Amino acid sequence: MIEEQHIVKVGMAELGMVQNQGLIRTTGLGSCVGLTLHDPQLKLGGMVHVMLPSSEIAREGALNLAKYADTGVPALYEKLIQAGASAKRLVAKMAGGSQMFSFAGTGDTMRIGPRNVESCKASLEELGIPLIAEDTGGNYGRTIELDCETGILFIRSIQKGIKEL
Amino acid sequence: MDLFKDFADFKMDVLKEVGNIGAGNAATALSRLLDKPIDMAVPKVQMLPFEAIADRVGGAENIVIAVFFRVEGEAPGNLFFILTPEAGKNLLSRLAAIDTEQGSEFSEMEWSALSEIGNILAGSYLSSLADFTKLSMSPTVPALAMDMAGAILSYGLLQFGQMGDDALLIDTTFIEGQEEVEGQFFLIPDPDSFDKIFAALGVPVSHD
Repeated sequence: MIEEQHIVKVGMAELGMVQNQGLIRTTGLGSCVGLTLHDPQLKLGGMVHVMLPSSEIAREGALNLAKYADTGVPALYEKLIQAGASAKRLVAKMAGGSQMFSFAGTGDTMRIGPRNVESCKASLEELGIPLIAEDTGGNYGRTIELDCETGILFIRSIQKGIKEL
Repeated sequence: MDLFKDFADFKMDVLKEVGNIGAGNAATALSRLLDKPIDMAVPKVQMLPFEAIADRVGGAENIVIAVFFRVEGEAPGNLFFILTPEAGKNLLSRLAAIDTEQGSEFSEMEWSALSEIGNILAGSYLSSLADFTKLSMSPTVPALAMDMAGAILSYGLLQFGQMGDDALLIDTTFIEGQEEVEGQFFLIPDPDSFDKIFAALGVPVSHD
């Protein structure tokens, strides 16, 4: 990866988009899921860093769409379509959704990682976007980076090093 | 729900005092364990965007050891004891007389000792808070992880995620000697717990 490349950083509960020779990155995914959509022809890529599975539990005033899997994935999709992406060409990849801590008593919050993953998949299915690669689960954190030129998703973790999807 | 937008200064002061008492007690416990003086910084109480929370421990990708407790009882929340791997090794060699191996690997024995140290410190932190507020607060069994700070701390923010993009945390740093940081406590009370803490301490609660 070349340092001079344009890098867009996506924070927790945010989404972003980049085109051509750019990278889009989010750091320190634990139970959160980083989902990317890519249009290979336009070399257009987007990423959302979702934190919670469903917006139904939201108690906030103005809903931050990017925070929830059920609203964040459609919001990212809309953004890419508006930028000219073709719904037929879009492909998805995702990573994260781990269980950072394991306890004897596992409540619903403990399973938040797997639930984020399930909810992202349900959203993709509804939009008809194929999920072509994923690196989810486990009990460790990940930093991910999408190369919009190639569509390769780089995944870095302290336990497993760097992986390419 | 902009519950925290209008957090008055005096409420912040009350929370600072809460952090002071909890961490002061934990510092005393650590100081006894190590048989040397441990200072602590004045606790910081801040409403921070999620992104900024990991910056408190060196950034989202910085590798830290975390002992995590879910606080159960009348004022639930999340409590983290965060150490750098070096501080963890340092603590083990002096405290448990464990000859730590070089590098960033931890043996099962070391891991277990760290978990117990975390347990003692968290227990003293919470029991002083419980005494002070007369609210029941008890930690779950400790859970340990060594990973990216962002991945670890985000876990403590989930309850806040439902209501906004900021979380309020009480953070205290332990200092040994001149500037060596031994560890940091992060108390992230659940959003609903603040009113209970304030009520218990006689602070008038109103949302208008």
